[in-house]
Amino acid sequence: MCSERVKLYGAWASPFSRRVEIALNLKGIPYDYIEEDLRNKSPDLLRYNPVHKKVPVLVHNDRPIVESQVILEYVDETWPSHSIIPQDPHDRAMARFWAKFIDDKCVISICTALFWSRGEEQRKAFEEAKENLEFLEKELEGKKFFGGERFGFVDIVANVIAIWVAAFQEATGKEVLTEKKYPCLFKWAQEYTSCNIILKETSPPRDRLVAFYKAHVEAADASD
Amino acid sequence: MATKEVVLLDYWPSPFGMRVRIALAEKGVDYEYREEDLSKGKSELLLKMNPVHKKIPVLVHNNRPVCESLIIVQYIDEVWSHKNPLLPSDPYHRALARFWADFIDKKIYDTGRRVWATKGEEQEAAKKEFIDHFKLLEQQLGDKPYFGGDSFGFVDVALIPFYSWFYAYETLGNFKIEESCPKIIAWARRCMQRETVAKSLPDQNKIYEFVLELKKRLGID
Repeated sequence: MCSERVKLYGAWASPFSRRVEIALNLKGIPYDYIEEDLRNKSPDLLRYNPVHKKVPVLVHNDRPIVESQVILEYVDETWPSHSIIPQDPHDRAMARFWAKFIDDKCVISICTALFWSRGEEQRKAFEEAKENLEFLEKELEGKKFFGGERFGFVDIVANVIAIWVAAFQEATGKEVLTEKKYPCLFKWAQEYTSCNIILKETSPPRDRLVAFYKAHVEAADASD
Repeated sequence: MATKEVVLLDYWPSPFGMRVRIALAEKGVDYEYREEDLSKGKSELLLKMNPVHKKIPVLVHNNRPVCESLIIVQYIDEVWSHKNPLLPSDPYHRALARFWADFIDKKIYDTGRRVWATKGEEQEAAKKEFIDHFKLLEQQLGDKPYFGGDSFGFVDVALIPFYSWFYAYETLGNFKIEESCPKIIAWARRCMQRETVAKSLPDQNKIYEFVLELKKRLGID
């Protein structure tokens, strides 16, 4: 299998492109990484992802694959060693379900609550975020990882919960994921970067991430 | 609970439910269809089988639920893999299929809803967006008989249910999709010649009447 011509277009603060880095590193696949300035996207990025114009983009043998979860499945199918996604169809369906839930519902509700809303809309967003986190907490109960005994697809997709939510909370001074309310999720998040050296290496520096989101908050407040 | 090992919780006008009906038909799976009339509320069974989203479709196989239509279709493809494969066999084309199915999921229903639910400038903007999405899909289809190439596949299953809503979109939006996207209409008619599709999609006039009822219920007239 030709693995030399693998390129990943990403952004240091994007949980979506970091997911792909985790998968490639876990499988020991060598690749070239290209950092994109999202305020000034490269012609290559726009050519490889004309529909969404976003990172991450994986280019393998000159063919682009986009959307982080689609890329993760592609990587797992192309380089099957150290598998990420379960083999059993029902387990696979559940993994896809929770991954979709995290991106479509959880992340959106948390960002809406912490960044994008005020007043009554914010109160509702907080309620929704709490409900979503409760579902995740319940799913994780009694397990070491979302993948069971092994770190897997849902754990990778949940990088945003493990690392970014803490940064969001520090940047905004608001809390949604607390140890008291979600002890399993909190513990899993705390141990995330220490359970595997690859997770530590592929995580953006915490203080840099907090500063990045603080700047966003200040810019948004200034334009209110 | 059920005597059959496969049960589908569905609602007849739902394009998401139609995807699952088509997939089950393509695989020749015998199943029990259970109608959830969402205008009357949600059953205990639905809330138990899909506590997170409380939505249809839900496929219950050997008493275990699978939720989210595209996830269900992939599940069906993997369990009943011996007949009519829906996803391509190589990883790159599978990734492309998943990408376009995801695009359809993110764009078509919501834009379509704005076409039938709004008026004036908002509706005009929704119509333009709707046509733009379909033009992009038409480009992707190219000269192939199906999105899957020579065979009917995953992306075809993801998109064809919306064809049953075309008469409603066109009548309420006062436009003709064929004028801007003739290849999409040709593709849709080709899909409708498959028995699995024809028997899984409701009549377009029935959908139109349903949308009129829905608008009344929601107080948007």
